[in-house]
Amino acid sequence: MTYREAIRKALDDQMTLDENVILMGEDIGLYGGCFKVTEGLFQKHPDQVIDTPVSEEGFAGLAVGSAMMGLRPVIEIMYADFFTLISDAVINHAAKTHLLSAGQFSCPLVVRLPEGSGTGHGAQHTQSPEGAFLSTSGIKIVSPSNPNDAYHLLCEAVRDDNPVLFFESKLLYPMEGEISDEVTPIGKAKVLREGKDITIISFSHAVTTALRTAQMLSEHSVDATVIDLVTLKPLDESTILSEVRKTGRVFMIQDTNAFGSVSSEVSAMISSDEDTFRSLKAPVRIISGVDAPVPFSKHLEAQMIPDEKDACQIILRSLNKA
Amino acid sequence: MNKEESIRALTLMLDSRYFEEKTELMFKLGLIHGTTHLANGQEASQAGLCMALEDGDWIVPTHRCHGFTICRGSDPYAMFSEMLGSSHGLAKGLGGSMHMPDRKHFNLGSSAVVGSGVPIATGIAFYNRRKNLRNISVAIFGDGASSRGSVHEAMNIASVWNLPVLFYCENNHYGMSAPADRMVSIKNIAERGKSYSIESSTVDGNDVRTVLEAVRNARSYILENSRPYLLEVNTYRQKGHSKSDRRVYRTAQEESSWLERDPITLFERKLVTENILSTDEISTLHESRRQYIEECAQRAVADSSDRLCMTDVRNLVYAGGKS
Repeated sequence: MTYREAIRKALDDQMTLDENVILMGEDIGLYGGCFKVTEGLFQKHPDQVIDTPVSEEGFAGLAVGSAMMGLRPVIEIMYADFFTLISDAVINHAAKTHLLSAGQFSCPLVVRLPEGSGTGHGAQHTQSPEGAFLSTSGIKIVSPSNPNDAYHLLCEAVRDDNPVLFFESKLLYPMEGEISDEVTPIGKAKVLREGKDITIISFSHAVTTALRTAQMLSEHSVDATVIDLVTLKPLDESTILSEVRKTGRVFMIQDTNAFGSVSSEVSAMISSDEDTFRSLKAPVRIISGVDAPVPFSKHLEAQMIPDEKDACQIILRSLNKA
Repeated sequence: MNKEESIRALTLMLDSRYFEEKTELMFKLGLIHGTTHLANGQEASQAGLCMALEDGDWIVPTHRCHGFTICRGSDPYAMFSEMLGSSHGLAKGLGGSMHMPDRKHFNLGSSAVVGSGVPIATGIAFYNRRKNLRNISVAIFGDGASSRGSVHEAMNIASVWNLPVLFYCENNHYGMSAPADRMVSIKNIAERGKSYSIESSTVDGNDVRTVLEAVRNARSYILENSRPYLLEVNTYRQKGHSKSDRRVYRTAQEESSWLERDPITLFERKLVTENILSTDEISTLHESRRQYIEECAQRAVADSSDRLCMTDVRNLVYAGGKS
């Protein structure tokens, strides 16, 4: 099953289980969604798959109100770049519902945000804007790197009583994988590979790069642990810190630029824990995308995100092995 | 409006007025910190609207929310407590003057982002329609908020999806310091409804009977036709925008001409003329409502040292668990 099909299956299963689960978004009905993620779902659940006008701010606010009443809306924002239009509903309202009402209301809203460059759609359709939400209290942010996690995280997000931002990678839509019976819970990082020399931390599409990097490094006799963050907020502090303490050398790989990003926050978290800080044999190194709007030109766009060769070179140089 | 309803309307309006007067005094005395937005002069709009609603009809008020909150049924003690930051407040002191949600009284609480509550109230209507409930929701907003894109998007969606929502525009003629005639490109905001195929009307918002009747009619229309409705009520914000406003942007003449149309005075005059209540009965009601609000405030002050701690705050960040 592909990553795209896994997301579709999660939506399908959740709508079948609970009539309060509804999908809202632009062109998600008969058309099947801009990336064909919801293809066929309207035919199967005609009352639960709802095409909206081009009114992100309006339907996101509407989803917040309906979630406070007890629905479990999943809204699709066609491109994650359009998060700007729903930021008021998410940041000022959904995120604060529970606290501002002293627990009288919760807001079980899921926002699906397809993100990432590499598709040639230009600077306003290729961003990975999860960093913009990191400082907002009261929301959860997940970012699956494979079909299995995509399926389980989306199911968990729908069942969660809090607003969850689900950042799905457009580059991963065709990725194949099996769906296991084991649930991927929100809030738990995964150790994908264990090594004794260094720890590579990554998330979303960059996990593929991290695993390839680890493979390349093994040819240079560097044995790498690879951690997939899975949930970006709240971070799985205990797994991350305990894994870092085992090697004392941390490299982070991400597709976004470094400033104000997930990796810079994880790095700060690692340095803020006294025991973990003392275990470090070198400063944490962040390998990230370029700090620029994504250029259209194919050869330039390809250079925006780090690949395994870039990452491998940087890591070997840091280890004095290049 | 019969005698019983008249007394009810006057009682709600007096409670709202005395609540605002007490709030203003408590701010002046430094008992409450932060800010507040008083609705003196808008009591007919608030009482008239809420009296026309039934159980299950949710409201999403504006930041100027005290009157709506009282008229929807909340306890003034819990409202004073909220502004005093105590755990006896409607939001246990976490919200303040602009955030007084009350689930028991079908009040979702305001958005303090002007105009953002409108799509949220539309979402309640969406829920009601899905669940086939015979209830409306009320999206309350002002002339200032009528310029927000969120309001226009919500109206368009409500129209194409046939949602049972009452768009209730409380036109008090000022968005903070900005007069509606300089900021809004249309004289009657109700006419915006045409653009969205939404039926609409404008009524005198300082006449509580007119408001009550208009909302009752709108409510019936919404439920019978499964259509949204836009009702604009014209009123006037007698006080400044918030506690720090010196009102340099309008004339004393304008203010006094509206004070002559004070909704409470207007209503009382009619009640006397029509022999529904005597001046003595009205004076007695004034005194009893003033005392009631005073007593609520005093109790709230006495209990105001009961506060949540930061652990409580952390535990409330997420539903069902710690942050």
